[in-house]
Amino acid sequence: MIEIKHISKSFADKVILEDISGIFEKGKTNLIIGTSGTGKSVLLKNIVGLIHPDAGDVLYDGRDFTHGNKELQTQVRREIGMLFQGGALFDSKNVEENVMFPLNILTTMTMEEKLERVNFCLERVNLENVNKKMPSEISGGMKKRVGIARAIVNQPNYLFCDEPNSGLDPQTSIRIDNLIKEITDEYDITTVVVTHDMNSVIEIGEKIMFLHKGHKVWEGSNQDITQTDLDELNEFVFATRLMKKIFPR
Amino acid sequence: MTYVKLTIDECIKLGYNSLFIVTIVSVFIGAVTTIQTAYNLVSPFIPSYVISVVVRDMTLLELSPTIIAIIYAGKVGSNIASELGTMRITEQIDALEVMGINATSYLVLPKIIGSLIMYPMLVILSMFLTLYGGYLAGSISGVISSTDYLYGLRYEFIEFNVTFAMIKAIVFSFLVASISSYKGFFTTGGALEVGQSSTAAVTSSCIAILCADYGLAQLLLG
Repeated sequence: MIEIKHISKSFADKVILEDISGIFEKGKTNLIIGTSGTGKSVLLKNIVGLIHPDAGDVLYDGRDFTHGNKELQTQVRREIGMLFQGGALFDSKNVEENVMFPLNILTTMTMEEKLERVNFCLERVNLENVNKKMPSEISGGMKKRVGIARAIVNQPNYLFCDEPNSGLDPQTSIRIDNLIKEITDEYDITTVVVTHDMNSVIEIGEKIMFLHKGHKVWEGSNQDITQTDLDELNEFVFATRLMKKIFPR
Repeated sequence: MTYVKLTIDECIKLGYNSLFIVTIVSVFIGAVTTIQTAYNLVSPFIPSYVISVVVRDMTLLELSPTIIAIIYAGKVGSNIASELGTMRITEQIDALEVMGINATSYLVLPKIIGSLIMYPMLVILSMFLTLYGGYLAGSISGVISSTDYLYGLRYEFIEFNVTFAMIKAIVFSFLVASISSYKGFFTTGGALEVGQSSTAAVTSSCIAILCADYGLAQLLLG
């Protein structure tokens, strides 16, 4: 479980996040949603420690990550797997080396054990025979799946995904969403997904936090997101004709 | 073990891959310096071996450590800055940090150590090649005989000049690697900014080299 308490962040005079609190539950796919520029990615970066919040705390299973010492922060970070928006694969390494990278750095496994684990993770994300390909030789969807394989290779307790569907076609998006959901259920981990994709919200949004202009304005699940009276949320949810057709109001 | 491998990789990338440009530049600098020095020493009262004395001292004191450093800043500095800048904007550095890896020591330290190891070696190679380039040009053009050239190279040789060149090489290699790494590591924005970081890395490195060159000359020879 990850708990955030009163997180605030400003860049120069611009307030990006203001007093955001919430709980991301273990074994659930927790979503942070909102329109572009509303502070979703900044909140995620605050949670994983890439940005230090101006105020507030982030607790990983009760451990104060924000104000903890370096050792605690390193320990927590080694329990984190993260899928970045563009995949963030290392250009100079092939797929196998990318996925093996956390094992090389953080474990004392033998080469055989590492290879076995890498192949298991690549199979888990439905990627076969791409081990020796370079990131520039694979498609966007494959990059995302390699990113997921790298994120789960060290058996993390917390999985973060920053806009996993951006730039992908609807079919691949659904595949990535389902993969994230399956992995969350299978390993019973805490997953936090930042997205503005309504398909993802409906498909995997077990717990959803809606941000609007740097504030948390709604919290709920995919079951009740279409039933709310909140104007800002309805504008976001029913922005497309398709959503209006599926959920007539 | 990881850091040893990374440092070896950087040595290959920064040093071995610079061999071609260093060789070409050094040989031609030596050749041109010999011919231009001969052109300026037209008096019959000046013995011809003075040409190679001048070439030798210019090579050891300035041409090999400093001019090659400028070339090195252009090639290696832009390479380091653009590599780290691209890693920054594509979130590869963020990925390292999220994994609990100290991105600065993982990415920057091997580059600085690699540069400190390889650049002095490039300077030593450049010294030999520059003097050899001068020898070739002198012999081919006939401005100085090979016997006079070799005599001049050994005439009143001051060993400290080599030590001075090595001190300069170490300082310049650190400046190029650290300045370029800094510029690349703290790139923000997109592809345009990576290009700007790369240019800024080369410009700042060159200015730092020239300032350090003057400072060291004043400190150790003044």
